[in-house]
Amino acid sequence: MLTWVIRRDLLLAVRRQADVLTTLFFFIIVVSLFPLGVGPEMNTLRIMAPGIVWVAALLASMLSLGRMFSNDYLDGTLEQILLSPTSLSLLVLGKMLSHWLITGVPLVLMAPVLGIQYDLPFSALVVLTLSLLLGTPILSLIGAIGAALTLGLRGGGVLVSLLVLPLYIPVLIFGAGAVEASTAGLGFEAHFSLLGAFLLVSLVFAPWATAASLRISME
Amino acid sequence: MSINWYKYASPASFYFLAGRMIPYFSIAAIVLLIVGLYIGFFVAPTDFQQGEAYRIIFIHVPAAWMSMFLYVVMAFWAGIGLAFNTRLSSMMATAIAPTGAMFTFIALWTGAWWGKPMWGTWWVWDARLTSELILFFLYIGFMSLQAAIDDPRRADKAGAIIALVGVVNIPIIYFSVQWWNTLHQGASVSIAQSPKMATAMLAGMLIMALAVWMYSIAMILMRARTIILERERHTAWVAELKGITR
Amino acid sequence: MLQGSNLECARGDRVLFSGINFSIKPGELMQVRGPNGSGKTSLLRMLCGLTVPSSGEINWNGTSIRSLGADYFSMITYLGHLSGVKDDLTAIENLRITSALAGVAIDEKIAYEALQKMGLEERETLLAKVLSQGQKRRVALARLILVNTKLWILDEPLTALDVSAIELIKNIIERYLAQGGMVILTTHQEIDISATVTHQLYLS
Repeated sequence: MLTWVIRRDLLLAVRRQADVLTTLFFFIIVVSLFPLGVGPEMNTLRIMAPGIVWVAALLASMLSLGRMFSNDYLDGTLEQILLSPTSLSLLVLGKMLSHWLITGVPLVLMAPVLGIQYDLPFSALVVLTLSLLLGTPILSLIGAIGAALTLGLRGGGVLVSLLVLPLYIPVLIFGAGAVEASTAGLGFEAHFSLLGAFLLVSLVFAPWATAASLRISME
Repeated sequence: MSINWYKYASPASFYFLAGRMIPYFSIAAIVLLIVGLYIGFFVAPTDFQQGEAYRIIFIHVPAAWMSMFLYVVMAFWAGIGLAFNTRLSSMMATAIAPTGAMFTFIALWTGAWWGKPMWGTWWVWDARLTSELILFFLYIGFMSLQAAIDDPRRADKAGAIIALVGVVNIPIIYFSVQWWNTLHQGASVSIAQSPKMATAMLAGMLIMALAVWMYSIAMILMRARTIILERERHTAWVAELKGITR
Repeated sequence: MLQGSNLECARGDRVLFSGINFSIKPGELMQVRGPNGSGKTSLLRMLCGLTVPSSGEINWNGTSIRSLGADYFSMITYLGHLSGVKDDLTAIENLRITSALAGVAIDEKIAYEALQKMGLEERETLLAKVLSQGQKRRVALARLILVNTKLWILDEPLTALDVSAIELIKNIIERYLAQGGMVILTTHQEIDISATVTHQLYLS
């Protein structure tokens, strides 16, 4: 059942590549804007790189949240999902995973290239990519709650940022922190363990909270 | 206590009960506020390290305490409203949010006022202030979500979910901000950290905390009454009410 | 048997309908009628379990549908006025996915046959966005042939359909009723479906 949902969403993403590419290019543009804003001084940029890449990833992931449920909502598929005999939490988990595959994974793959723009050393690039690999699924999981709550509301897109961004803060701190710790020569294992713990906690709670939110929004 | 709480769980009886209680809490709030401020600003001794500027803690600390406490209370009532479908609990949550947001704002503002003479900067990325700022965002999120939803029942339930998600996240956020702060060796503001707090200081602080409590209760009851009137405007008892007051 | 007692639907301050009572048994048809805005769709969504009545109860064989939860969903098929057909998927993909969601995984051959029965020959592998409204509706309705549920709740199933398709749907519904299915539907068109018992429910 889970695979049906994921397969369908991936198929839709393949047929509508523009959506995927917009998010990715947003990510690239935001990251590339910072040197223009703060100046090309490489030492400054190297220090700021993990934070910039992570904040841009947060924003890119958040911007694509609107699409998670709204298309299904507009064409009536969401009603069918809600009325499926399969557990709604499971179906929602499928939607979250496909959201991550469609928006999160391209960000992870693009991150090392952007890191080079900021002259990050190789080891930092690896840690940055791994931290995004571990952190971006959390963004999709938590973001889904906000997307479900704001479904069909006026100005839902802006509202979702108010709801979701504060909840993203721990991921930002430990994601960017891991890279900084590794460049400073400190261990980043603790950061990764904590990110992993967040991932597990959100895997357990987010589908359930999102399912409840969808039922509320569809009433 | 053998009070029949269910009697007060109906919006109508709560409306009248709250109406009778508001004056007491308001008067208590005003009296305690005057006494507390007087002790804080005139009786309490000058701090030998921080000078007169430290007196802002008599407002800052109670406001910060209250802002955090109110978020938990708000999430509690919203959760009760979601679980048991009790309208009054959800209305209480909605009534609490603006007061809580106001106290986070006061805590931030007074924190800045205190920071300026202490460090010569209005804002310090200290763990407590940063957490307070995030708490402010959480309140704003809750209120904007409820404001964006037209159907009051959906607003109640959606608000409850985001409040509960928030309350689960607050310890995580607080912990991560603290970790972030120690890692970056930022400034550590501990406004209320005096090894020997003079009795007058302690008394002023406690009285101010109590005043803030009384104020919150009075304000929340007032706001809850307004919400009840608005939601129940088509019921018979509200129609009768208008007849009497006119 | 599905039973509704004293159902009320309130939208904000406005009460759309109240005091609705009905009961429907296997082989029976219920037509819900009423002008626009009388709450037909709201009633059907309520009967599916998508919304909760502001007062009253809906029981399936004596048990509240709320407590049945997913078990109830496995016994009903709902077709809303939105078809749930994705523009970027082909007719076959649409049908296979909606059936899978309804708990019936089907292979391509079965989906193919069902679409042919619905008069969509040669259209099976076209993207739904090139299909007409009526054809999309047929894709959505093809699910009825495949699922094995006890109650169909159909919201305006005949919109955008031509005469031959209406005849087709009429036959499908009649066959289903003869096999002991229950059907609740709303429609603007006059349609004469033969059933052992036909209830009429008027909302005003």
